[in-house]
Amino acid sequence: MTDHSPTLIPFDDVLASYDPALGLEVHVELNTASKMFCGCSTEFGADPNTQVCPTCLGLPGSMPVVNGKAVESAIRIGLALNCEIAEWCRFARKNYFYPDMPKNFQTSQYDEPICFDGYMDVEVEGETYRVEIERAHMEEDTGKSLHVGGATGRIHGADYSLVDYNRAGIPLIEIVTKPILGAGEKAPEVARAYVSQLRDLIVALGVSDARMEQGSIRADVNLSLAPKGSGLLGTRTETKNVNSLRSVERAVRYEMSRHAAVLDAGERILQETRHWHEDTGVTTSGREKSDAEDYRYFPEPDLVPVAPTREWVEELRGTLPENPTAQRARLQAEWGFSDLEMRDTVGAGALALVEQTVAAGASPQAARKWWLGELARRANDTDTPIDQLGVTPADVAAVQQLVDAGTINDKLARKVFEGLYAGEGTPAEIVEKSGLAVVSDDGALSTAVDKAIAANPDIADKIRDGKVAAAGALIGAVMKEMRGQADAGRVRELILEKLT
Amino acid sequence: MISRDEVAHLADLARIDLDDAELDHLAPQLAVILESVASIRGVAGDDVPPTSHPIPLTNVFREDVVVPGLTAEQALSGAPASEDGRFSVPRILGDEQ
Repeated sequence: MTDHSPTLIPFDDVLASYDPALGLEVHVELNTASKMFCGCSTEFGADPNTQVCPTCLGLPGSMPVVNGKAVESAIRIGLALNCEIAEWCRFARKNYFYPDMPKNFQTSQYDEPICFDGYMDVEVEGETYRVEIERAHMEEDTGKSLHVGGATGRIHGADYSLVDYNRAGIPLIEIVTKPILGAGEKAPEVARAYVSQLRDLIVALGVSDARMEQGSIRADVNLSLAPKGSGLLGTRTETKNVNSLRSVERAVRYEMSRHAAVLDAGERILQETRHWHEDTGVTTSGREKSDAEDYRYFPEPDLVPVAPTREWVEELRGTLPENPTAQRARLQAEWGFSDLEMRDTVGAGALALVEQTVAAGASPQAARKWWLGELARRANDTDTPIDQLGVTPADVAAVQQLVDAGTINDKLARKVFEGLYAGEGTPAEIVEKSGLAVVSDDGALSTAVDKAIAANPDIADKIRDGKVAAAGALIGAVMKEMRGQADAGRVRELILEKLT
Repeated sequence: MISRDEVAHLADLARIDLDDAELDHLAPQLAVILESVASIRGVAGDDVPPTSHPIPLTNVFREDVVVPGLTAEQALSGAPASEDGRFSVPRILGDEQ
């Protein structure tokens, strides 16, 4: 089962001899309250086997009933991916023996997916690649296995396994692309951009938590190489459960280099699944795809067909949000952000927050400064999602308003944010209660300025000689004296009044 | 016609351990059953689509509402073995889906 330390071909050399073909299968766990075929909760993180019932445990006599909301989400995903929506389709049993499904089959869809023939335009460094969507179908998630014994907790060498079925039956949508050809050297980036844009779309639709790190979006990466210019499709491998955007890119890059090494050595690629190792950045051999992969699909006799009326489909089409890629382009133009600023804003998960902060009256640059600076740091330090810091876009706009009005400066604004984290009230209340407002009262400032001049005679002399730039040092001294609560602009004016 | 090899393959997929004598015995019987079922095709005309459900219903959905299920104790009560609130199963050969 282990690979004898595979040789790799440098990425550029791969491209000199081969054309890559990509395929991506993305599983999206829907955020319905209940499971796909029963009323069990889908809440993440519950104690094992506390969100189960006879249906999702596959007990005799239990009967599944389809969650209408999940069908609605499936159709909305399909429409957002420019898919056709089937007029009539069925569920099918995918039969296999593995204890992650206690029924010995997974209820899925086979040759009648609810959504098919769509596409998504993917942007990579200013270029657009059209990724064709083969299908998006409904199915259910499996349970979670914990392998006990052996050295590493991995399946091989384990003595036995412990299974939790809380996840079994949670609705999944599997989105499958057609082979993506012609991406060439951009193949790793295209793969990443596709998953990234798909995730954004899913977020915009509001149909999933879309947390890759929690497994609510999981990608399988198919890759094959063909001799350059041959127009053929080579034998593919399927790398399972690649769970971050960065890993999608790395897994494609790695498999390209590995395939090329195998092919260059005159050997053939095994059609197999491979496991991605996040820590080491390599894939290892999994199960060979051969006769064993015979799932004996047949239509699920316990469920009736799904036949979405055209009226329903059109009604759902009316609920689609603005396409996130188009929205991003619009916002970037409106805000005048550079590509880098935009990418950082999106990357920090702060796009909607900045948008709402701007809507609340702040300038785009001020909104970006706070969310990507102070607040992103706080989110990172406390390991909290940035939208759950206890600071709202309205708060950020209010803080910036206080700065613009000269009531506080940036340094004091940070203290206001600390008050907000601690739930001490609105920005204005925090300023009031903590006495954070900057001092622009000339009496107090004038005294501090006189003191600073007296303490720094040589600097004062420089300013008297016309070296106005030296005023910075005196401003610093005054700010220190005033514990940061001084209006720096007014301090500067006072210094210059007194010395020039 | 279903061949002896196909029956052996299906038995393997279904985790049914058949020895040679059993395969010799069962394969022809399965073939007869399939032939008998196939004769129904002769009755149904081209205008009769295959059906997977006897009642002509579509779109039977439930509301997305959480309904209390079983406790972990209840869920595990019929399990031959359990540990830490989980079902304990023998060492798994093969691979995850």
